[in-house]
Amino acid sequence: MTTQTPFHLAVVTAGVTQPSSTRLLADRLTEATVRALAPLDVVVEVVDVRDVAHDLTNNVLTGFASPDLQVRLDAITEADAVVVATPVYAASYSGLFKMLVDVLPQDALRDTPVLLGATGGTARHSLAIDHALRPLFAHLGALVAPVAVFAASEDWGSVEAGRLGERIERAGTAFAALVQGSPRAARVDPFAQVTPFESMLTDLRH
Amino acid sequence: MQFGIFTVGDVTTDPTTGRTPTENERIKATVAIARKAEEVGLDVFATGEHHNPPFAAPANPPVLLAAVAAQTERLVLSTSTTLITTNDPVRIAQDYAYLQHLSDGRMDLMLGRGNTGPVYPWFGKDIRDGIPLAIENYALLHRLWREDVVNWQGKYRTPLQGFTSTPRPLDGVPPFVWHGSIRSPEIAEQAAYYGDGFFSNHIFWPASHTKQMVELYRRRFEHYGHGSADQAIVGLGGQVFMRRNSQDAVREFRPYFDNAPVYGHGPTLEEFTSQTPLTVGSPQEVIERTLAFREYAGDYQRQLWLVDHAGLPLKTVLEQLDLLGEEVVPVLRKEFAALKPAHVPDAPTHAARVAAAGGARDTTVHAAADDVTGASPEPTTLEVTS
Repeated sequence: MTTQTPFHLAVVTAGVTQPSSTRLLADRLTEATVRALAPLDVVVEVVDVRDVAHDLTNNVLTGFASPDLQVRLDAITEADAVVVATPVYAASYSGLFKMLVDVLPQDALRDTPVLLGATGGTARHSLAIDHALRPLFAHLGALVAPVAVFAASEDWGSVEAGRLGERIERAGTAFAALVQGSPRAARVDPFAQVTPFESMLTDLRH
Repeated sequence: MQFGIFTVGDVTTDPTTGRTPTENERIKATVAIARKAEEVGLDVFATGEHHNPPFAAPANPPVLLAAVAAQTERLVLSTSTTLITTNDPVRIAQDYAYLQHLSDGRMDLMLGRGNTGPVYPWFGKDIRDGIPLAIENYALLHRLWREDVVNWQGKYRTPLQGFTSTPRPLDGVPPFVWHGSIRSPEIAEQAAYYGDGFFSNHIFWPASHTKQMVELYRRRFEHYGHGSADQAIVGLGGQVFMRRNSQDAVREFRPYFDNAPVYGHGPTLEEFTSQTPLTVGSPQEVIERTLAFREYAGDYQRQLWLVDHAGLPLKTVLEQLDLLGEEVVPVLRKEFAALKPAHVPDAPTHAARVAAAGGARDTTVHAAADDVTGASPEPTTLEVTS
Protein backbone atom coordinates (compact mmCIF):
# COMPACT_ATOMS: atom_id res chain seq x y z
CA MET A 1 0.00 0.00 0.00
CA THR A 2 1.44 3.37 -0.93
CA THR A 3 0.87 6.50 1.08
CA GLN A 4 0.04 9.45 -1.08
CA THR A 5 0.05 13.07 0.06
CA PRO A 6 -3.49 14.30 -0.49
CA PHE A 7 -4.10 17.07 -3.00
CA HIS A 8 -5.53 20.18 -1.32
CA LEU A 9 -8.23 22.03 -3.21
CA ALA A 10 -9.51 25.23 -1.59
CA VAL A 11 -12.89 26.57 -2.69
CA VAL A 12 -13.78 30.21 -2.11
CA THR A 13 -17.42 31.12 -2.49
CA ALA A 14 -18.73 34.64 -1.92
CA GLY A 15 -22.49 34.20 -2.26
CA VAL A 16 -24.47 35.70 0.59
CA THR A 17 -27.93 34.14 0.29
CA GLN A 18 -28.97 30.75 1.61
CA PRO A 19 -29.16 28.74 -0.57
CA SER A 20 -26.75 30.53 -2.87
CA SER A 21 -26.38 30.01 -6.59
CA THR A 22 -22.73 31.07 -6.26
CA ARG A 23 -22.18 28.28 -3.74
CA LEU A 24 -23.99 25.92 -6.09
CA LEU A 25 -21.67 26.88 -8.95
CA ALA A 26 -18.62 26.50 -6.69
CA ASP A 27 -19.75 23.04 -5.63
CA ARG A 28 -20.39 21.95 -9.20
CA LEU A 29 -17.00 23.24 -10.37
CA THR A 30 -15.37 21.44 -7.45
CA GLU A 31 -17.12 18.15 -8.22
CA ALA A 32 -16.11 18.37 -11.86
CA THR A 33 -12.51 19.09 -10.91
CA VAL A 34 -12.32 16.30 -8.34
CA ARG A 35 -13.82 13.87 -10.86
CA ALA A 36 -11.30 14.85 -13.48
CA LEU A 37 -8.44 14.55 -10.99
CA ALA A 38 -9.39 10.95 -10.11
CA PRO A 39 -7.84 8.75 -8.86
CA LEU A 40 -5.98 11.53 -6.99
CA ASP A 41 -6.84 11.76 -3.29
CA VAL A 42 -8.34 15.28 -3.10
CA VAL A 43 -9.08 17.09 0.17
CA VAL A 44 -11.58 19.91 -0.39
CA GLU A 45 -11.73 22.89 1.96
CA VAL A 46 -14.58 25.32 1.40
CA VAL A 47 -14.25 28.95 2.49
CA ASP A 48 -17.66 30.57 2.58
CA VAL A 49 -16.83 34.26 2.75
CA ARG A 50 -20.11 35.12 4.47
CA ASP A 51 -19.01 33.14 7.55
CA VAL A 52 -16.13 35.56 8.14
CA ALA A 53 -17.65 38.82 6.88
CA HIS A 54 -17.12 40.65 10.21
CA ASP A 55 -13.67 39.16 10.65
CA LEU A 56 -12.71 40.48 7.22
CA THR A 57 -13.72 44.03 8.16
CA ASN A 58 -11.78 43.70 11.41
CA ASN A 59 -8.74 42.41 9.58
CA VAL A 60 -8.79 45.37 7.20
CA LEU A 61 -8.99 47.74 10.20
CA THR A 62 -6.51 46.07 12.57
CA GLY A 63 -4.10 44.38 10.20
CA PHE A 64 -4.45 40.87 11.59
CA ALA A 65 -6.81 37.95 11.12
CA SER A 66 -9.03 36.47 13.82
CA PRO A 67 -8.40 32.77 14.52
CA ASP A 68 -11.52 31.84 12.47
CA LEU A 69 -10.31 33.84 9.49
CA GLN A 70 -6.70 32.71 9.85
CA VAL A 71 -7.70 29.06 9.43
CA ARG A 72 -9.35 29.97 6.13
CA LEU A 73 -6.47 32.13 4.91
CA ASP A 74 -4.08 29.27 5.69
CA ALA A 75 -6.26 26.83 3.76
CA ILE A 76 -6.14 29.08 0.69
CA THR A 77 -2.42 29.83 0.99
CA GLU A 78 -1.47 26.21 1.42
CA ALA A 79 -3.81 24.81 -1.24
CA ASP A 80 -2.45 23.12 -4.34
CA ALA A 81 -5.24 24.66 -6.38
CA VAL A 82 -8.14 27.05 -5.76
CA VAL A 83 -11.67 27.33 -7.16
CA VAL A 84 -13.27 30.75 -6.71
CA ALA A 85 -16.85 31.83 -7.27
CA THR A 86 -18.30 35.28 -6.70
CA PRO A 87 -21.57 36.97 -7.51
CA VAL A 88 -21.25 39.91 -9.89
CA TYR A 89 -22.27 43.16 -8.20
CA ALA A 90 -22.11 46.46 -10.08
CA ALA A 91 -20.22 44.93 -12.99
CA SER A 92 -17.49 43.31 -10.86
CA TYR A 93 -16.70 40.78 -8.09
CA SER A 94 -18.48 41.47 -4.80
CA GLY A 95 -16.92 43.71 -2.16
CA LEU A 96 -16.74 40.86 0.35
CA PHE A 97 -14.92 38.71 -2.16
CA LYS A 98 -12.38 41.47 -2.76
CA MET A 99 -11.89 41.98 1.00
CA LEU A 100 -10.84 38.36 1.29
CA VAL A 101 -8.40 38.79 -1.57
CA ASP A 102 -7.12 42.01 0.04
CA VAL A 103 -6.14 40.30 3.29
CA LEU A 104 -4.47 37.26 1.74
CA PRO A 105 -0.76 37.24 2.56
CA GLN A 106 1.56 38.54 -0.14
CA ASP A 107 2.23 35.89 -2.79
CA ALA A 108 -0.40 33.58 -1.26
CA LEU A 109 -1.62 32.61 -4.73
CA ARG A 110 1.58 32.99 -6.72
CA ASP A 111 1.82 30.07 -9.18
CA THR A 112 -1.34 28.54 -7.75
CA PRO A 113 -3.77 27.22 -10.39
CA VAL A 114 -7.09 29.06 -10.01
CA LEU A 115 -10.41 28.26 -11.64
CA LEU A 116 -12.74 31.26 -11.97
CA GLY A 117 -16.50 31.18 -11.57
CA ALA A 118 -19.08 33.95 -11.30
CA THR A 119 -22.84 34.28 -11.11
CA GLY A 120 -25.19 37.10 -12.08
CA GLY A 121 -28.78 37.95 -12.77
CA THR A 122 -28.27 38.13 -16.51
CA ALA A 123 -25.86 36.76 -19.10
CA ARG A 124 -24.98 40.34 -20.00
CA HIS A 125 -22.64 40.33 -16.93
CA SER A 126 -20.65 37.38 -18.20
CA LEU A 127 -17.62 39.45 -19.25
CA ALA A 128 -17.07 40.40 -15.59
CA ILE A 129 -14.93 37.28 -15.38
CA ASP A 130 -12.62 38.58 -18.09
CA HIS A 131 -12.52 42.27 -17.27
CA ALA A 132 -12.53 42.03 -13.44
CA LEU A 133 -11.56 38.59 -12.13
CA ARG A 134 -8.85 37.76 -14.66
CA PRO A 135 -6.80 40.97 -14.14
CA LEU A 136 -7.13 40.58 -10.36
CA PHE A 137 -5.74 37.06 -10.36
CA ALA A 138 -3.11 37.98 -12.94
CA HIS A 139 -1.95 40.65 -10.49
CA LEU A 140 -1.72 38.01 -7.76
CA GLY A 141 0.49 35.89 -9.99
CA ALA A 142 -1.96 32.99 -10.02
CA LEU A 143 -2.04 30.48 -12.84
CA VAL A 144 -5.52 31.31 -14.09
CA ALA A 145 -7.36 28.58 -15.99
CA PRO A 146 -8.31 29.68 -19.52
CA VAL A 147 -11.78 28.14 -19.25
CA ALA A 148 -13.99 29.91 -16.68
CA VAL A 149 -17.70 29.58 -16.00
CA PHE A 150 -20.30 32.32 -15.71
CA ALA A 151 -23.77 31.21 -14.60
CA ALA A 152 -26.69 33.60 -15.10
CA SER A 153 -30.14 33.09 -13.57
CA GLU A 154 -31.45 31.75 -16.87
CA ASP A 155 -28.72 29.09 -16.96
CA TRP A 156 -30.17 27.46 -13.84
CA GLY A 157 -33.83 27.63 -14.84
CA SER A 158 -34.23 27.23 -18.59
CA VAL A 159 -34.36 24.16 -20.79
CA GLU A 160 -30.94 25.25 -21.93
CA ALA A 161 -29.65 24.60 -18.39
CA GLY A 162 -28.06 21.42 -19.59
CA ARG A 163 -25.52 23.58 -21.37
CA LEU A 164 -24.31 24.90 -17.99
CA GLY A 165 -23.55 21.34 -16.91
CA GLU A 166 -21.45 20.86 -20.04
CA ARG A 167 -19.58 24.10 -19.50
CA ILE A 168 -18.84 23.16 -15.87
CA GLU A 169 -17.61 19.75 -16.94
CA ARG A 170 -15.36 21.25 -19.58
CA ALA A 171 -13.93 23.79 -17.11
CA GLY A 172 -13.29 21.09 -14.50
CA THR A 173 -11.54 18.81 -16.98
CA ALA A 174 -9.35 21.60 -18.37
CA PHE A 175 -8.53 22.78 -14.85
CA ALA A 176 -7.51 19.29 -13.76
CA ALA A 177 -5.18 19.05 -16.76
CA LEU A 178 -3.65 22.43 -15.89
CA VAL A 179 -3.21 21.46 -12.25
CA GLN A 180 -1.50 18.18 -13.06
CA GLY A 181 0.88 19.84 -15.49
CA SER A 182 2.06 22.46 -13.01
CA PRO A 183 3.38 21.29 -9.66
CA ARG A 184 3.53 24.33 -7.41
CA ALA A 185 6.81 25.40 -5.82
CA ALA A 186 7.02 25.17 -2.03
CA ARG A 187 6.35 28.41 -0.17
CA VAL A 188 9.37 30.16 1.37
CA ASP A 189 8.99 30.99 5.07
CA PRO A 190 10.95 34.24 5.66
CA PHE A 191 11.26 33.36 9.36
CA ALA A 192 12.74 29.94 8.67
CA GLN A 193 15.07 31.09 5.88
CA VAL A 194 16.29 34.51 6.89
CA THR A 195 18.55 36.56 4.62
CA PRO A 196 21.91 36.78 6.44
CA PHE A 197 22.70 40.30 7.61
CA GLU A 198 26.02 40.43 5.76
CA SER A 199 24.22 40.03 2.45
CA MET A 200 21.80 42.85 3.37
CA LEU A 201 24.83 45.07 4.00
CA THR A 202 26.45 43.95 0.75
CA ASP A 203 23.26 44.72 -1.20
CA LEU A 204 23.59 48.35 -0.13
CA ARG A 205 26.93 48.66 -1.86
CA HIS A 206 25.46 47.99 -5.28
CA MET B 1 13.79 42.78 34.83
CA GLN B 2 12.67 46.31 34.08
CA PHE B 3 9.08 47.53 34.06
CA GLY B 4 7.85 50.76 32.60
CA ILE B 5 5.54 52.59 30.25
CA PHE B 6 5.73 53.75 26.65
CA THR B 7 3.69 56.44 24.98
CA VAL B 8 2.93 57.46 21.43
CA GLY B 9 1.81 60.94 22.50
CA ASP B 10 -1.51 60.89 20.68
CA VAL B 11 -3.83 63.86 21.11
CA THR B 12 -7.21 62.14 21.08
CA THR B 13 -10.70 63.35 21.94
CA ASP B 14 -12.04 61.88 25.18
CA PRO B 15 -15.14 60.09 23.84
CA THR B 16 -16.92 60.35 27.20
CA THR B 17 -16.68 64.16 27.35
CA GLY B 18 -16.06 65.14 23.73
CA ARG B 19 -13.10 67.23 24.85
CA THR B 20 -9.77 67.20 23.01
CA PRO B 21 -6.67 68.31 24.92
CA THR B 22 -4.51 71.09 23.54
CA GLU B 23 -0.95 70.32 22.49
CA ASN B 24 0.28 72.21 25.53
CA GLU B 25 -1.90 70.12 27.85
CA ARG B 26 -0.75 66.89 26.24
CA ILE B 27 2.93 67.81 26.38
CA LYS B 28 2.72 68.82 30.06
CA ALA B 29 0.68 65.69 30.83
CA THR B 30 3.40 63.55 29.28
CA VAL B 31 6.00 65.03 31.65
CA ALA B 32 3.64 64.50 34.60
CA ILE B 33 3.14 60.87 33.55
CA ALA B 34 6.91 60.30 33.32
CA ARG B 35 7.47 61.81 36.79
CA LYS B 36 4.68 59.70 38.19
CA ALA B 37 6.27 56.58 36.68
CA GLU B 38 9.36 57.20 38.80
CA GLU B 39 7.31 58.09 41.88
CA VAL B 40 5.40 54.78 41.81
CA GLY B 41 8.59 52.77 41.37
CA LEU B 42 8.61 51.96 37.64
CA ASP B 43 11.98 51.67 35.92
CA VAL B 44 11.50 52.98 32.37
CA PHE B 45 9.71 55.75 30.51
CA ALA B 46 9.80 55.68 26.71
CA THR B 47 8.39 58.22 24.27
CA GLY B 48 7.50 57.91 20.61
CA GLU B 49 8.73 60.28 17.91
CA HIS B 50 6.15 62.04 15.75
CA HIS B 51 6.09 64.85 13.25
CA ASN B 52 2.39 65.35 12.57
CA PRO B 53 -1.09 65.60 14.08
CA PRO B 54 -2.77 63.96 15.92
CA PHE B 55 0.42 63.54 17.94
CA ALA B 56 2.20 65.74 20.45
CA ALA B 57 5.16 63.41 20.84
CA PRO B 58 8.51 65.12 20.32
CA ALA B 59 10.00 65.29 16.82
CA ASN B 60 13.31 64.72 18.58
CA PRO B 61 12.77 62.59 21.71
CA PRO B 62 15.93 63.80 23.54
CA VAL B 63 14.21 67.19 23.95
CA LEU B 64 11.49 65.63 26.11
CA LEU B 65 13.79 63.07 27.71
CA ALA B 66 16.29 65.74 28.79
CA ALA B 67 13.50 67.62 30.57
CA VAL B 68 12.37 64.41 32.28
CA ALA B 69 15.97 63.55 33.20
CA ALA B 70 16.25 66.88 34.98
CA GLN B 71 13.15 66.12 37.05
CA THR B 72 13.86 62.49 37.97
CA GLU B 73 16.61 60.51 39.63
CA ARG B 74 16.31 56.81 38.83
CA LEU B 75 14.05 56.46 35.80
CA VAL B 76 15.65 55.05 32.63
CA LEU B 77 14.61 57.14 29.62
CA SER B 78 14.04 55.51 26.27
CA THR B 79 12.17 55.85 22.99
CA SER B 80 9.33 54.00 21.28
CA THR B 81 10.62 54.56 18.69
CA THR B 82 13.41 56.70 17.27
CA LEU B 83 13.08 56.77 13.49
CA ILE B 84 16.27 55.27 12.09
CA THR B 85 14.95 55.72 8.56
CA THR B 86 14.21 59.43 8.29
CA ASN B 87 16.63 60.87 10.87
CA ASP B 88 20.21 61.62 9.96
CA PRO B 89 22.25 59.04 11.88
CA VAL B 90 24.77 61.76 12.66
CA ARG B 91 22.11 63.71 14.54
CA ILE B 92 20.92 60.58 16.36
CA ALA B 93 24.51 59.86 17.43
CA GLN B 94 25.01 63.40 18.71
CA ASP B 95 21.63 64.13 20.30
CA TYR B 96 21.43 60.82 22.17
CA ALA B 97 25.05 60.94 23.30
CA TYR B 98 24.31 64.40 24.71
CA LEU B 99 21.27 62.99 26.50
CA GLN B 100 23.43 60.19 27.84
CA HIS B 101 25.72 62.76 29.50
CA LEU B 102 22.84 64.88 30.84
CA SER B 103 21.07 61.85 32.31
CA ASP B 104 24.24 60.25 33.74
CA GLY B 105 23.68 57.20 31.57
CA ARG B 106 19.99 56.75 32.49
CA MET B 107 18.95 56.27 28.89
CA ASP B 108 18.82 53.92 25.93
CA LEU B 109 16.87 54.00 22.68
CA MET B 110 14.68 51.84 20.51
CA LEU B 111 15.02 52.15 16.75
CA GLY B 112 12.04 51.75 14.44
CA ARG B 113 11.19 52.45 10.84
CA GLY B 114 8.00 54.37 11.53
CA ASN B 115 4.62 53.33 10.25
CA THR B 116 3.41 56.47 8.49
CA GLY B 117 4.15 56.58 4.77
CA PRO B 118 3.93 60.38 4.44
CA VAL B 119 6.72 61.00 6.95
CA TYR B 120 9.43 59.77 4.57
CA PRO B 121 9.16 62.51 1.92
CA TRP B 122 9.06 65.19 4.63
CA PHE B 123 12.67 64.30 5.26
CA GLY B 124 13.66 63.62 1.67
CA LYS B 125 13.34 59.85 1.91
CA ASP B 126 11.34 57.16 0.13
CA ILE B 127 9.27 54.62 2.09
CA ARG B 128 10.26 51.90 -0.37
CA ASP B 129 13.78 52.23 1.03
CA GLY B 130 12.57 51.61 4.61
CA ILE B 131 14.58 48.47 5.32
CA PRO B 132 17.80 49.50 3.47
CA LEU B 133 17.66 52.90 5.25
CA ALA B 134 17.35 51.16 8.62
CA ILE B 135 20.32 48.97 7.79
CA GLU B 136 22.65 51.62 6.37
CA ASN B 137 21.79 54.33 8.90
CA TYR B 138 22.33 52.05 11.86
CA ALA B 139 25.59 50.71 10.45
CA LEU B 140 26.80 54.32 10.46
CA LEU B 141 25.33 55.17 13.88
CA HIS B 142 27.02 52.10 15.34
CA ARG B 143 30.41 53.29 14.08
CA LEU B 144 29.92 56.94 15.10
CA TRP B 145 29.62 55.88 18.75
CA ARG B 146 32.54 53.46 18.62
CA GLU B 147 35.15 55.15 16.42
CA ASP B 148 36.51 58.59 17.23
CA VAL B 149 37.18 59.41 13.62
CA VAL B 150 34.95 58.07 10.89
CA ASN B 151 35.47 58.01 7.14
CA TRP B 152 32.29 56.81 5.57
CA GLN B 153 30.44 56.59 2.30
CA GLY B 154 26.96 55.21 1.74
CA LYS B 155 23.90 55.39 -0.42
CA TYR B 156 21.61 57.67 1.56
CA ARG B 157 23.60 60.61 2.91
CA THR B 158 26.63 62.72 2.06
CA PRO B 159 29.99 61.03 2.75
CA LEU B 160 31.92 61.74 5.94
CA GLN B 161 35.65 62.44 5.90
CA GLY B 162 37.56 62.41 9.16
CA PHE B 163 34.36 63.07 11.09
CA THR B 164 34.15 62.97 14.89
CA SER B 165 30.67 62.76 16.37
CA THR B 166 30.44 64.77 19.59
CA PRO B 167 29.97 64.38 22.45
CA ARG B 168 31.67 61.02 22.71
CA PRO B 169 29.61 58.39 24.61
CA LEU B 170 29.61 58.75 28.39
CA ASP B 171 32.35 56.67 30.07
CA GLY B 172 33.33 55.33 26.65
CA VAL B 173 30.21 53.13 26.49
CA PRO B 174 27.67 53.74 23.70
CA PRO B 175 23.96 53.89 24.59
CA PHE B 176 22.23 50.50 24.52
CA VAL B 177 20.07 50.02 21.44
CA TRP B 178 16.84 48.06 21.02
CA HIS B 179 15.50 47.34 17.56
CA GLY B 180 11.72 47.41 17.36
CA SER B 181 9.64 45.69 14.72
CA ILE B 182 6.31 43.98 14.38
CA ARG B 183 6.69 41.71 11.37
CA SER B 184 9.96 42.32 9.52
CA PRO B 185 12.39 39.41 9.91
CA GLU B 186 15.17 41.70 8.60
CA ILE B 187 15.02 43.79 11.77
CA ALA B 188 15.16 40.77 14.09
CA GLU B 189 18.17 39.65 12.04
CA GLN B 190 19.75 43.10 12.39
CA ALA B 191 19.33 43.11 16.19
CA ALA B 192 20.82 39.61 16.37
CA TYR B 193 23.78 40.51 14.15
CA TYR B 194 24.88 43.35 16.42
CA GLY B 195 23.96 41.59 19.66
CA ASP B 196 21.59 44.48 20.46
CA GLY B 197 18.19 44.18 22.14
CA PHE B 198 15.02 43.27 20.29
CA PHE B 199 11.73 44.85 21.30
CA SER B 200 8.45 43.46 20.09
CA ASN B 201 5.68 46.03 20.06
CA HIS B 202 3.40 43.10 20.92
CA ILE B 203 0.26 45.26 21.24
CA PHE B 204 -2.41 45.56 18.54
CA TRP B 205 -1.34 42.20 17.05
CA PRO B 206 -1.70 38.54 18.03
CA ALA B 207 0.95 36.90 20.19
CA SER B 208 1.85 34.59 17.28
CA HIS B 209 3.57 37.56 15.54
CA THR B 210 5.68 38.23 18.62
CA LYS B 211 6.55 34.57 19.11
CA GLN B 212 7.76 34.25 15.50
CA MET B 213 9.94 37.38 15.67
CA VAL B 214 11.41 36.67 19.10
CA GLU B 215 12.27 33.09 18.16
CA LEU B 216 14.03 34.25 15.01
CA TYR B 217 15.97 36.92 16.95
CA ARG B 218 17.03 34.47 19.67
CA ARG B 219 18.13 31.84 17.16
CA ARG B 220 20.21 34.33 15.15
CA PHE B 221 21.64 35.99 18.31
CA GLU B 222 23.15 32.63 19.14
CA HIS B 223 24.25 32.10 15.50
CA TYR B 224 26.25 35.35 15.62
CA GLY B 225 28.00 34.23 18.81
CA HIS B 226 26.64 36.72 21.33
CA GLY B 227 25.52 34.01 23.74
CA SER B 228 22.92 31.30 23.89
CA ALA B 229 19.45 31.98 22.48
CA ASP B 230 17.95 32.36 25.93
CA GLN B 231 20.54 35.04 26.75
CA ALA B 232 19.34 37.41 24.02
CA ILE B 233 17.88 40.71 25.26
CA VAL B 234 14.14 40.87 24.68
CA GLY B 235 11.60 43.58 25.48
CA LEU B 236 7.84 43.38 25.10
CA GLY B 237 5.05 45.89 24.88
CA GLY B 238 1.71 45.49 26.60
CA GLN B 239 -1.49 47.40 26.99
CA VAL B 240 -3.60 47.48 30.13
CA PHE B 241 -6.54 49.19 31.74
CA MET B 242 -7.28 48.33 35.34
CA ARG B 243 -9.76 48.86 38.11
CA ARG B 244 -9.84 46.86 41.33
CA ASN B 245 -13.04 45.28 40.08
CA SER B 246 -12.74 43.72 36.63
CA GLN B 247 -16.25 44.70 35.46
CA ASP B 248 -15.60 48.35 36.35
CA ALA B 249 -12.48 48.31 34.19
CA VAL B 250 -14.37 46.92 31.20
CA ARG B 251 -17.26 49.38 31.61
CA GLU B 252 -14.99 52.41 31.95
CA PHE B 253 -12.57 51.46 29.13
CA ARG B 254 -15.13 50.37 26.54
CA PRO B 255 -15.96 53.83 25.13
CA TYR B 256 -12.24 54.58 24.78
CA PHE B 257 -11.69 51.27 23.02
CA ASP B 258 -14.71 51.64 20.74
CA ASN B 259 -13.55 55.04 19.50
CA ALA B 260 -9.76 54.68 19.53
CA PRO B 261 -8.17 55.58 16.19
CA VAL B 262 -6.13 52.35 16.15
CA TYR B 263 -8.88 49.78 16.58
CA GLY B 264 -12.16 51.64 17.08
CA HIS B 265 -15.22 50.64 15.06
CA GLY B 266 -13.60 47.29 14.29
CA PRO B 267 -13.42 44.25 16.56
CA THR B 268 -15.23 44.23 19.89
CA LEU B 269 -13.31 44.80 23.11
CA GLU B 270 -13.85 41.12 23.93
CA GLU B 271 -12.48 39.96 20.56
CA PHE B 272 -9.48 42.24 20.85
CA THR B 273 -8.59 41.20 24.40
CA SER B 274 -8.76 37.53 23.46
CA GLN B 275 -6.75 37.97 20.23
CA THR B 276 -4.07 40.45 21.40
CA PRO B 277 -2.22 41.10 24.70
CA LEU B 278 -4.63 43.95 25.61
CA THR B 279 -5.81 43.29 29.17
CA VAL B 280 -8.76 45.12 30.66
CA GLY B 281 -9.55 43.97 34.18
CA SER B 282 -8.22 43.71 37.71
CA PRO B 283 -4.54 44.03 38.73
CA GLN B 284 -4.55 40.27 39.34
CA GLU B 285 -5.65 39.63 35.75
CA VAL B 286 -2.86 41.87 34.47
CA ILE B 287 -0.34 39.95 36.60
CA GLU B 288 -1.49 36.61 35.24
CA ARG B 289 -1.58 37.76 31.62
CA THR B 290 1.87 39.35 31.83
CA LEU B 291 3.45 36.29 33.42
CA ALA B 292 2.07 34.23 30.53
CA PHE B 293 4.03 36.34 27.97
CA ARG B 294 7.12 34.49 29.18
CA GLU B 295 5.66 31.21 27.93
CA TYR B 296 6.13 32.21 24.29
CA ALA B 297 8.79 34.95 24.50
CA GLY B 298 11.10 33.22 26.99
CA ASP B 299 12.74 34.97 29.96
CA TYR B 300 12.82 38.60 28.95
CA GLN B 301 14.37 41.79 30.23
CA ARG B 302 11.93 44.64 29.77
CA GLN B 303 8.17 45.03 29.95
CA LEU B 304 6.62 48.33 28.85
CA TRP B 305 2.91 49.12 28.94
CA LEU B 306 0.87 51.60 26.97
CA VAL B 307 -1.49 53.32 29.42
CA ASP B 308 -2.07 56.85 28.19
CA HIS B 309 -3.67 56.70 24.74
CA ALA B 310 -7.14 56.86 23.17
CA GLY B 311 -8.13 60.07 24.97
CA LEU B 312 -7.88 58.78 28.56
CA PRO B 313 -7.73 61.78 30.90
CA LEU B 314 -4.51 62.47 32.84
CA LYS B 315 -6.17 61.71 36.17
CA THR B 316 -7.14 58.23 34.97
CA VAL B 317 -3.66 57.58 33.58
CA LEU B 318 -2.07 58.53 36.92
CA GLU B 319 -4.47 56.14 38.69
CA GLN B 320 -3.35 53.40 36.31
CA LEU B 321 0.26 54.11 37.25
CA ASP B 322 -0.64 53.87 40.95
CA LEU B 323 -2.14 50.42 40.34
CA LEU B 324 0.89 49.31 38.33
CA GLY B 325 3.30 50.58 40.99
CA GLU B 326 1.41 49.37 44.04
CA GLU B 327 -0.19 46.11 42.99
CA VAL B 328 1.17 44.79 39.72
CA VAL B 329 4.90 45.45 39.40
CA PRO B 330 5.98 44.36 42.94
CA VAL B 331 4.36 40.95 42.34
CA LEU B 332 5.74 40.62 38.82
CA ARG B 333 9.27 41.52 39.97
CA LYS B 334 9.18 38.74 42.50
CA GLU B 335 7.56 36.16 40.23
CA PHE B 336 9.77 36.82 37.18
CA ALA B 337 12.92 36.85 39.32
CA ALA B 338 12.01 33.48 40.81
CA LEU B 339 11.47 32.01 37.32
CA LYS B 340 14.59 33.43 35.65
CA PRO B 341 17.59 31.04 35.42
CA ALA B 342 20.90 32.49 36.64
CA HIS B 343 22.55 32.48 33.21
CA VAL B 344 19.89 34.76 31.69
CA PRO B 345 21.16 38.35 31.86
CA ASP B 346 19.37 41.21 33.61
CA ALA B 347 18.13 44.20 31.65
CA PRO B 348 21.07 46.26 30.36
CA THR B 349 21.96 49.36 32.39
CA HIS B 350 24.71 51.90 31.88
CA ALA B 351 26.45 50.87 35.11
CA ALA B 352 26.48 47.20 34.15
CA ARG B 353 27.74 47.98 30.66
CA VAL B 354 30.51 50.20 32.04
CA ALA B 355 31.54 47.43 34.42
CA ALA B 356 31.52 44.89 31.58
CA ALA B 357 33.75 47.24 29.55
CA GLY B 358 36.34 47.20 32.35
CA GLY B 359 35.36 50.47 33.97
CA ALA B 360 34.62 54.03 32.98
CA ARG B 361 37.02 55.96 30.78
CA ASP B 362 36.73 59.44 29.44
CA THR B 363 36.81 59.44 25.65
CA THR B 364 36.62 63.16 24.97
CA VAL B 365 38.21 64.03 21.66
CA HIS B 366 40.18 67.24 22.04
CA ALA B 367 40.39 68.40 18.47
CA ALA B 368 43.62 69.63 17.02
CA ALA B 369 43.78 73.37 17.49
CA ASP B 370 42.45 74.32 14.12
CA ASP B 371 39.74 76.84 14.79
CA VAL B 372 40.38 78.57 11.51
CA THR B 373 39.18 75.84 9.15
CA GLY B 374 37.11 73.95 11.72
CA ALA B 375 38.63 70.75 10.34
CA SER B 376 38.09 67.55 12.28
CA PRO B 377 41.13 65.72 13.60
CA GLU B 378 42.69 63.14 11.31
CA PRO B 379 43.37 59.64 12.54
CA THR B 380 47.03 60.09 11.60
CA THR B 381 47.67 63.25 13.68
CA LEU B 382 49.10 61.44 16.69
CA GLU B 383 51.51 63.35 18.88
CA VAL B 384 54.84 61.65 19.32
CA THR B 385 55.87 62.24 22.90
CA SER B 386 59.08 60.26 23.19
